[in-house]
Amino acid sequence: MNSGSNLEKVLEAGHFSVTGECGPPRGADPDHVRKKAALVKDNVDACNVTDNQTSVVRMSSLAGCMLVKESGVEPLIQMVVRDRNRIALQSDLLGASALGVRNLLCLSGDHQKFGDDPKAKNVFDIDSMQLIHLAKTMRDDGVFPSGDKLEGAPKFYIGCAVSPFADPYEIRVARLKLKIEAGADFVQTQCIYNMDTFNRYMEDLKKQGLHEKVKILAGVTPLKSAGMGKFMNKFVAGIDIPEPFIKRIADEPKEKQAAKGIEMCIEQILELKEMEGIAGVHVMAIEWEEKLNEIVGGAGLLPRPVVD
Amino acid sequence: MLPCTGRIEESLLLKAFENGADGVMVIGCLEGDCHYVSGNIRAKSRVKRVYSILEQIHIGPERIRMYNLSAGEGAKFAAFANEFVDKVAELGPSPINLVRANCTKKAPEEEAI
Amino acid sequence: MITGTPKPIDEILEMVEPYNNIVVAGCHGCVTVCRVGGHKEVEVLSSTLRLAREAAGNKIEINEVSLERQCDPEYVESMRPYVEDYQAVLSIACGAGIQFLAEKFGNTPILPGINTGFLGVTERQGEWAERCQGCGDCVLHLTGGICPVTRCAKQLFHGPCGGSTAGICEVSKDVQCGWQLIIDRLKALDQMDNYTKLKPYKAWDRSRDGGPRRIIREDMI
Repeated sequence: MNSGSNLEKVLEAGHFSVTGECGPPRGADPDHVRKKAALVKDNVDACNVTDNQTSVVRMSSLAGCMLVKESGVEPLIQMVVRDRNRIALQSDLLGASALGVRNLLCLSGDHQKFGDDPKAKNVFDIDSMQLIHLAKTMRDDGVFPSGDKLEGAPKFYIGCAVSPFADPYEIRVARLKLKIEAGADFVQTQCIYNMDTFNRYMEDLKKQGLHEKVKILAGVTPLKSAGMGKFMNKFVAGIDIPEPFIKRIADEPKEKQAAKGIEMCIEQILELKEMEGIAGVHVMAIEWEEKLNEIVGGAGLLPRPVVD
Repeated sequence: MLPCTGRIEESLLLKAFENGADGVMVIGCLEGDCHYVSGNIRAKSRVKRVYSILEQIHIGPERIRMYNLSAGEGAKFAAFANEFVDKVAELGPSPINLVRANCTKKAPEEEAI
Repeated sequence: MITGTPKPIDEILEMVEPYNNIVVAGCHGCVTVCRVGGHKEVEVLSSTLRLAREAAGNKIEINEVSLERQCDPEYVESMRPYVEDYQAVLSIACGAGIQFLAEKFGNTPILPGINTGFLGVTERQGEWAERCQGCGDCVLHLTGGICPVTRCAKQLFHGPCGGSTAGICEVSKDVQCGWQLIIDRLKALDQMDNYTKLKPYKAWDRSRDGGPRRIIREDMI
């Protein structure tokens, strides 16, 4: 056991795992997080707290994690390398672990041009690959990258993100392999709609036996409307929603589209559950956390297992 | 003596205004007919740049303009010249000349190339 | 070459407002090649300033000069005989040249007429693009000759990130994904095993992050 986190225990015990997501507020109000945590509770094995997603300034992921933890949900801290140099990253890892956070997702981070402060300095001291390596070194070797011994090694279940739908396709599996080599224990994928491409990705990945080396959680996001699907296709990198998928929602009258989106999300999860190599699902019901219970329940994944 | 409008530099055009021109007319061959292939195209972008400079320093950008015609179009030349002279007269003396008018009064000049 | 863009004329006029008698100094080096600080640009800038100032009723006298380079003391010294006859020097060389003039002529205000840009190449006439960040730790042999520090908007060493779409970077449709370029080149050179190596963390202390840098060649002193 690398970290003793609930997510790790559930996955190691062989259950199909479920994770969710909480976006912290654009302000200092803790109740915003508490309300979301209450909706997520008992529906997931761990809950991601995003880190200034799209470079838009929000309450810090670590603070969000503490509020989530307080509410009885296991937190998963997301860390981007866009805003902090290696000194701050090491320090935050030690802090998060000290406060009881046991799951970590290492990310590059969207470029600052997308957020509030496009004039901010671009950090990227180390990249996400190197952050994975850093976390693993501290956890398993009990030392700083500088070589000095740690007074208490941080314990993390280390995760990374993959984007099977981003370009160029041909290196995406090689890059995952590198992340596993660097120390990744689990993967959360970008949200999946194009099952053909995803199947191809999984086949390529399985050829190299990577599904046995890392726990893969497939990302899903329920669409609230056909419009949301079109928007995401056009403006969000790494998203590929096939026309027929959007059409099924578009064919519904406006007031029924949200329900259709949820239905299709459940369908997807059921399909993913049957795929070899998929260890769980990461449900990103962004600003729609109240539907999480319906989705996870509808996919037959409740109650969540309790593993000691 | 200029073989082609492509030989014109921005500094030459600006110098004309420094020397007291109220307006500067640049006449080049029809686009596509340049004897030196694209000299008139280069001139066009240089005139545009000077236009922009004059606009930024409030000298009145319309005091510079490029026209295109062939050597045989005498009547057109006359028409363009008249049009430009009228325009410059409408704009009045260049701000430089107004300031210098405290000294000697000069008649508006134009240069056709 | 080092590239730059002209400062807006309003900004320059504001800078030279207190002066009636200045030098405008160009440079025959990089800034001539990228058409921002050579002698032609000195002439255009000087005419522009004279016209603007005279029209405002406040004439300015300008001595138009161009030095071979503004970054070597021998050439800068050529200004010494006359520089103190003027109230200021407006230099359209790169930031290094402007600072060198300021160091050598401490009694004269030296003003920047351009915004110095980047180390780049002429992709085609009239278009220059950034290629080098001067990081002091070149890895071009590992990346097929394409720099991840400069060409990747996130300076990744294990790119591309998830924002790469059809070879274009998420920051702009006009920016190519540096890592797509690297992968294409490594494939063409049959060097893809360079891609699948974990790279050590970058030593940024060899770049400006370690403090202003200096090179000393003992054999030349």
